[in-house]
Amino acid sequence: MWTYILRRLLYSIPVYLGIVLLLMACLRVNDPVAGFLGKGASEEAYQAKKESMGLDRPFVVQYFDFLRQLVTFEFIKVPDEEVTASEDGGAAVLRSRGIESWSQEGRTVGQILRESIIPSISITVPALCFTLLISIVIALLSAYYRGRLPDKLMMVSAVLGMSISFLVYIIFGQYWAAYLLNQKLELEFFAVQGYEPGAANWAHYCLLPVLISTIVAMGYDTRFYRAVMVEESGRDYIITARAKGSTKRKIMFVHMLKNAMIPIITRVMSTLPFLVMGSILLEMYFNIPGMGRALLDSIFSNDFPVTQMLVAVFAGIFLVSVILTDVFYALVDPRVRLS
Amino acid sequence: MSERAPILEVRNLSTSFKTDQGVVTAVDDVSFDLYAGETLGIVGESGCGKTVTSKSIMRLLPDHLTIYGPESRILFDDKNLAQIPEREMRDVRGARIAMIFQEPMTSLNPVFTIGWQLDEALKYHTDLDRAGRREKSIEMLRLVEIPNPEKRISEYPHQLSGGMRQRVMIAMALSCEPDVLIADEPTTALDVTIQAQILQLMGELKTRLDTAIMLITHDLGVVAQVCDRVLVMYAGRVIEEGTIRDIFHRPRHPYTRALLDSIPKSGKREHGKPLPTIPGIVPSLFELPPGCRFQERCALKEERCVDEEPRLEDHEGWQVRCHFPLEIGEVAEEVR
Repeated sequence: MWTYILRRLLYSIPVYLGIVLLLMACLRVNDPVAGFLGKGASEEAYQAKKESMGLDRPFVVQYFDFLRQLVTFEFIKVPDEEVTASEDGGAAVLRSRGIESWSQEGRTVGQILRESIIPSISITVPALCFTLLISIVIALLSAYYRGRLPDKLMMVSAVLGMSISFLVYIIFGQYWAAYLLNQKLELEFFAVQGYEPGAANWAHYCLLPVLISTIVAMGYDTRFYRAVMVEESGRDYIITARAKGSTKRKIMFVHMLKNAMIPIITRVMSTLPFLVMGSILLEMYFNIPGMGRALLDSIFSNDFPVTQMLVAVFAGIFLVSVILTDVFYALVDPRVRLS
Repeated sequence: MSERAPILEVRNLSTSFKTDQGVVTAVDDVSFDLYAGETLGIVGESGCGKTVTSKSIMRLLPDHLTIYGPESRILFDDKNLAQIPEREMRDVRGARIAMIFQEPMTSLNPVFTIGWQLDEALKYHTDLDRAGRREKSIEMLRLVEIPNPEKRISEYPHQLSGGMRQRVMIAMALSCEPDVLIADEPTTALDVTIQAQILQLMGELKTRLDTAIMLITHDLGVVAQVCDRVLVMYAGRVIEEGTIRDIFHRPRHPYTRALLDSIPKSGKREHGKPLPTIPGIVPSLFELPPGCRFQERCALKEERCVDEEPRLEDHEGWQVRCHFPLEIGEVAEEVR
């Protein structure tokens, strides 16, 4: 098992090197410095910006320097100076450590990453858990009652649910659950928008977006999981289990579920990297400073260092999730281990 | 044998399915007895209702789509299996009546070990503790001649060959010492040498454990090898029933005769002759003719066959559903 994981990890190293190479090349096709400074910039300012980022060095040097930053996790470390710097109120010390964002002056790339990842995760991870739990249960029930009234009802509502746009849910969610509730009943349970760190504030700011994204994802997931379950329920081993005298419940939750986990894991794991990046729509509408928004902002404002780092980190997370998928496969499906 | 009370009596079993095109009766008025220690073969073409018969006895068909005829009785252990609640049925399945299937490659659950799957049946139907169940599982694997059972027990189905898996299925089915073993085409998916081994094994275990076997197959060679009595089915009906000798040496029904003729034979006399086949196809269960169901394909068809469906009649110990059963001694020339 461990050799399997190690092998997978080793295989993905060249893949990641390639991704980073491509990413850096792509971002340099159009001169990032010129793009950021605009037409009216002076030659000195242009050169200074270029040097501060190290963009004047040969590409190979830049490549290995960037790789070094990624491998040593230098970008995400909290530099000692950062603390002192904020106390002093000066940004001068900061510049010596960590790469600074271009558009958000005084903030390092690492800082942006650290600060945006938590809001993203505090919405997407609970949303994923809720969706997974609820849709697997609904799918199991639906497959259990296949072709009968409960199944039909659940499937009709799933199709209905997924046919409505994400935006509609967001806007009506904000209006009814947050605004109207606040106005008419003076229940300040959900915030219309905004974010504050801390577990105590979680329900107030994050629960509504979590619920909305759960509802949106549920329609698709339920239908997919149900299809998986229905397919599994027609397999020969189900009849064997019944012929042994198994209860229907045991067949569904033990025999069938473990087999159904294989396609379910594929689906869930493939959404993992997007979880970290967060839902851009939700973050925009609820004004939550998550990773999705950080990336979008950096692209719009030509914030080259932030874009480059966020994309590189995202690619890394993606690779890790692919490896994790394979590891989970091996855990669930004994046939994978040998091959 | 006839003096002993049958262990399983099937009477007037009719099984219908609700389909999009309406209700279709796949098994129509089937009756037979099964005695302890005997092997009853059920033969027929695909779709003749042999598998549905076996699954009806086990009640393994989807509940909401299946209708059992009001006259249907499956008498086992003083109970009518067609009517007892699902809960009671679970105590019968696996414990008293066990079943093995056609596809050993897919009939075992791929994500659980052999041991886990053997353990499951024992857990439901015996009072053995964990260690006792493991011991019993190993004993069963040894009984079905799986080498190195202590090691095999922790392996997964994909690590075994098709023949091995069918042995595991047999071990699983027999682990709770059932009175009846239903084998639904157990050797169809296996190659011939393995087939012979599996049949031999089933024969040995039958005498050893005194289990009654209901063997469903379309392979007459298999029937000749292991069965004591044979039931021939056609389009949902029993058309002939008799001992293995009667059916193979003195078939009464033109269909049985034609089936036997279409087995390839070797030898000088047969050299150069085309292999006889039965013309036409089985009628769709939706468009059954009013008379005899075999009429379209029968060489001896007469007017009466079209108008009136023959009843299953008892002719000196064996049963035939035909207006014009072949007489003893009357040979194939008639049919050909």
